[in-house]
This record gives sequence, structure tokens and C-alpha cells, in this order.
Amino acid sequence: MSGRSNGLRSYALLYLLFLYAPILLLPLFAFNSGTIIAFPLQGFTTDWFTQMWGNPTLRRALSNSLIIAVSASVMATCLGVFAARASTRFTFPGKGGIMGFIMLPMVLPEIIVAMSLLVVLLGLGVELSILTVILGHTLICMPYGIAILSTAFSSLDRSLEEAAYDLGETKWGAFRLITLPLVMPGIISSLLISFTISLDEFIIAFFLAGTEPTLPTYIFSQLRFPKQIPSIMALGTVLVALSILLLGIGEYFRRRGIARMGGKNGGGFL
Amino acid sequence: MIASRDQRPETARPMIECNEIQKYYGDYHALRGIDLVIREGEFFSLLGPSGCGKTTLLRTIAGFEGISSGAVLIDGKHMENVPANSRPTNMVFQSYAIFPHLTVAQNVAFGLRRDPRGKSEKAALVEEALAMVGLRGYGGRAAHALSGGQRQRVALARALILKPKVLLLDEPLSALDRKMREQMQVELIKLQRQVGITFVLVTHDQEEALVMSDRIAVMFDGEIAQLDEPETLYARPKDRRVADFIGVMNFLPAQITREADGIVSVDVPGLGPVELPESQVSRANPDDSGPVLGFRPETMTLLTPGQSSQHARETDVVIDEVVYYGDMTYYDLRLEDTQHTVRISMRNVFGRDVQSVGTKARVAWSPGSLVLFR
Repeated sequence: MSGRSNGLRSYALLYLLFLYAPILLLPLFAFNSGTIIAFPLQGFTTDWFTQMWGNPTLRRALSNSLIIAVSASVMATCLGVFAARASTRFTFPGKGGIMGFIMLPMVLPEIIVAMSLLVVLLGLGVELSILTVILGHTLICMPYGIAILSTAFSSLDRSLEEAAYDLGETKWGAFRLITLPLVMPGIISSLLISFTISLDEFIIAFFLAGTEPTLPTYIFSQLRFPKQIPSIMALGTVLVALSILLLGIGEYFRRRGIARMGGKNGGGFL
Repeated sequence: MIASRDQRPETARPMIECNEIQKYYGDYHALRGIDLVIREGEFFSLLGPSGCGKTTLLRTIAGFEGISSGAVLIDGKHMENVPANSRPTNMVFQSYAIFPHLTVAQNVAFGLRRDPRGKSEKAALVEEALAMVGLRGYGGRAAHALSGGQRQRVALARALILKPKVLLLDEPLSALDRKMREQMQVELIKLQRQVGITFVLVTHDQEEALVMSDRIAVMFDGEIAQLDEPETLYARPKDRRVADFIGVMNFLPAQITREADGIVSVDVPGLGPVELPESQVSRANPDDSGPVLGFRPETMTLLTPGQSSQHARETDVVIDEVVYYGDMTYYDLRLEDTQHTVRISMRNVFGRDVQSVGTKARVAWSPGSLVLFR
């Protein structure tokens, strides 16, 4: 009995190590004073962070990526709210087909999406910029947002909105005062997931960004220069720290939302 | 049952008028020509099995559902272009629809959001409404932490604070356990008397409808089968569906032997010949093969040997089954010389012994409590 559970325990431990050890190496080399990514470690330094911050292309890539990720996650979530509400509240002809169509980008290979978007955009004569990347990212983030938001909407009692309407609110007022606060945890989750997907998305950004760098395309382009690798490690460290912070904030709001409504905690990120 | 049911004058002002309401969902004919007048201050129930259209009718009165043709009038005004948020009705939903992210007081005050009155005035109204439903001092509690009965009360307070002309209740007690339900039935009756607002209740529970209502409309398949006071509905059901749905009724095949001067003579195997006036004749179901005689379990009395009764008629029976309920005993009796079994109920009063299975006995009854369905 205990032998078996010990075996499972070490298996789980090894599994986690395999998953996270490479990520743990990031900060290790980011603070290492040697220029070569290899053990043994040399000394402690924060030079790479300074160097990273001093690099104008990298800063441009970072700001581009943030603009894209924020815009795409907001747009995908807004559209997702409409789609999720429509699919859970109303029945209309062709509903299954339409919803399947909206969810399709989730299973389509990204390279196909990227290529076809590129063909269409070039055909329309649209100039490639971060705007085109935002459009592409909205497209691929939306299915994830809808999946999360549908769950939030479908667990909502239909008569709540009706009750608010019955008590004299307008339809919009009922939505804003009752539905929106109740699906807020879902909205936050959708924003977070979309943000994360967009931030590290490479293929669409590579095809549609034109000459503008985003973080993933910039990092990829710098891998050819060994000199740059330590500062990319520093960048990676910052990104990992930011992701953990972001997920922590998201989870905090999600739990607070659940506690406020007296629900049971059914999983989540952390 | 509350003994002193209000006797409202027949001439009370109509509060809700439904004229020839038809409602289709696609091909499905949900309401088939509903004609109905609900009087001011009345406790009115829409009773029927699930799918009979009672909730649809309630929702058309509330304004949540449009109608295909016909008209709804509330307090004399046409409601055709009046949306639910502007109708003088408020609704208590089956699920109560308590806003879980708000406090009890915020829930109750929700309808006052567009009210120009001051904060302290509104707070006083909320406190008054909560006191009315027995939740004084609960205002600060989180709504999600309430029990089922308390949610019900919050939903009532939230609807009544707006002083609607009509309160609509959609199966409000179905989620409560039996004890709580019976308690809330009495409280609802008292509350309705206190506020004097017209209540329209939707329920599938015939007992609940009988206990609470001034009048009941029994609905089947989108139509009103009978609209009457509870006593009439119970004692003189207009057709066999209503008789089946309300309470327990025994049915025996009957044969019409003569019809003259408003008197129908029938022969019932086991009971013998009976003469019934037209007032005791109702409609049978379309799929009934012939006339059927019906009577309620409590209209026959089981006699112990040597006992006699004031009832007109007596019949020999054999006790087939005894079901003991504490306050009542149900007997399944086989009528002598037949294979027909009927169920009667006897109150277990002091001095009356519960009889045992297989005993030969007699039942006493009166033709006045019989109904013929033909």
C-alpha cells in the first residue's frame, strides 16, 4: 500500500520536475554573469536585465505584444459574451452550425488560419501592422473565451434577468445589474486566457505583423545571436513572473466572486 | 383549510380580463382560446398538470410572452403594447430568482431603483416589507446564505414593495418541503388578506389550490376545463378529467335505464338502481366506453355490524385492503357480487376500531354525493 503510493509520489515529482525544471533554469541563467548558457554558473549579475531594458527593439516588441494581447483579449471576450449569451439563452435556426463555425478556429491548424488571413488581407490591400495581428488573435482567442463564458452563462438562472425586468429595470439594466456581475468571474477568466494565448502566439504574429516585432517573433529572431541569449533569459524571467502574478490576480477575483455568491469552489487555475 | 374563506361579492371589479387568448409556439397550440375574468382582491389559482399552459398563461399576463391573438386587460387597460417592466404586475418565480450577489435589503429594494424617493424613506419601505414577510432584521444578510423558505419570503417582499395591482406566483411552494409548504400556504393566505392585492397562483398541486384559492381554473391542453370555487370544483366536477385531477374519486361503470323530467336513472352493478338530477350529471372522457358513476372516498361510511346510519342506502362489501394513515384509514372494498373495488376513507375518531382485511361489512351512502359522467 505505502510502497505503491511512494512510487506514484515519485512519479508525480519527476513529472513536475520535467515540466518546470526548464522554466526554473530561466531565472538561474538570467542572473548568471557568464555569457554562455551552461553550468557551472559564474557570478551573480543583473546586467542582463539592464541590457534588456536598454534594447529599443525589444521594448518595442514588448509594447507591441502588450497592445495586441490587451486589444485581442478585450475584443475576443466582448464578442464571446454576445455569442455565449445568444447560445445559452435563445434558440434560433442554424444555431448548432453557427456555433460550430465560431468554434472552428480552435481546432484549425494555426498555420492555415495565418496563411488564409494573409492571403485575404493582402488581397484586400490591407497594410500589415499590429492591427492585423489583433484581428488574427481575436479570431483564435474567441473560441476559448466562448467556451469559458458559455459555462458561466449556462449556470445562470434565466429567471434572474426576468425578475429584474419584472421589477421595472430595462433589458439592458437587467443585464448590467444582474447578469454581468454574476458572469464576471467567467469574463475575467476569458480575458486572462485570451491574453496569455495572444502574448505567446508566434505563427499569426509572424505572418501578419509585417515589419513590426512582437515578443515571440523578436525572441525567435534573436536566437541566432548567442550574445543576446542571456538578455532573452532575463526577458523570459520577467514574463514568467508576470504570468504568475496575472494568474494569481485572476484566481483571487474568481474566488472572491464565488464566495460572494456562496458557491462551492470548483477548480480554477491555482 | 382556513375556515373563514372570504366571501367576495360576485360583482367585484374585474382586475384581469383575458379575451379569447390564442398562443402558438411554432405549430404547437399552447393556449386555445382562454376567456377569463379575475376579480379585484381575489386569490385565484391556475391549476393543471405540467404542459397544460398554466405557466404560459401566467407569463402572458406578466408580459414575458406575447400572444398570437386575443387580448389581456389589467385593471381595464389593454396590455398589448405594455412590456413586462411597465405592467402593474409583479412576479414570484418558481426558483425565487433571488439575486445572489446582493444582500437581502438590496434584493428587496431592487424595484425602487427608479423611485425618486430618498434613501432613508426607501430603507423604511424595505424594513416594512421585510417585517411583513417575517424577516425583520434580515436586511444585511447575504441573499445566498438564506434557506428555501427565507428566499421565498424575500421574493415576496421584493415583489410586494412595489405595491402591484396583481401578484403573480409561479409554483412558489414547489421547492419547499412538506411542513414548510403547509406553513407558507397559510402565511400566503394571511398576507393576501392583509395587502388586499389580487394574487394569481400557478400550481400543479390540487390540494394547494383547494386550500388557498377563492376560485380555481383547472386547465388541460391549453384550455380551461372548469372555473369554480374550490367546493364546487371538488363536489361537482364538470368532466371526468377534472374529477380525476382533483382529489381521489372512485369510478364504476353505469347503465342508463331511463331519462325523463331532468332525472337520469342508472343501474350500477354493486350499488343498484340510482336516480340522479341533471345537476349531478357531468361530461365523460371522450375515450370512455360508456357512462361512469363517480364518488369521493369520504362520501361512504363503513358500518360495523349492528350499526345503522342516516344515509339512504346501504351496500354489502368485503374488505380487500386496509391502509392506515394515523388520522385516517383507507379501505379498499369489493362490492358484493361484483369484481369492482372502491376506496373509502374513514376518520379514526375515538371509539372507532380499524377493521381487518377479509371482514364482511356494509357501507352506507347517499345518491346526493354521486356524480354521473356521460
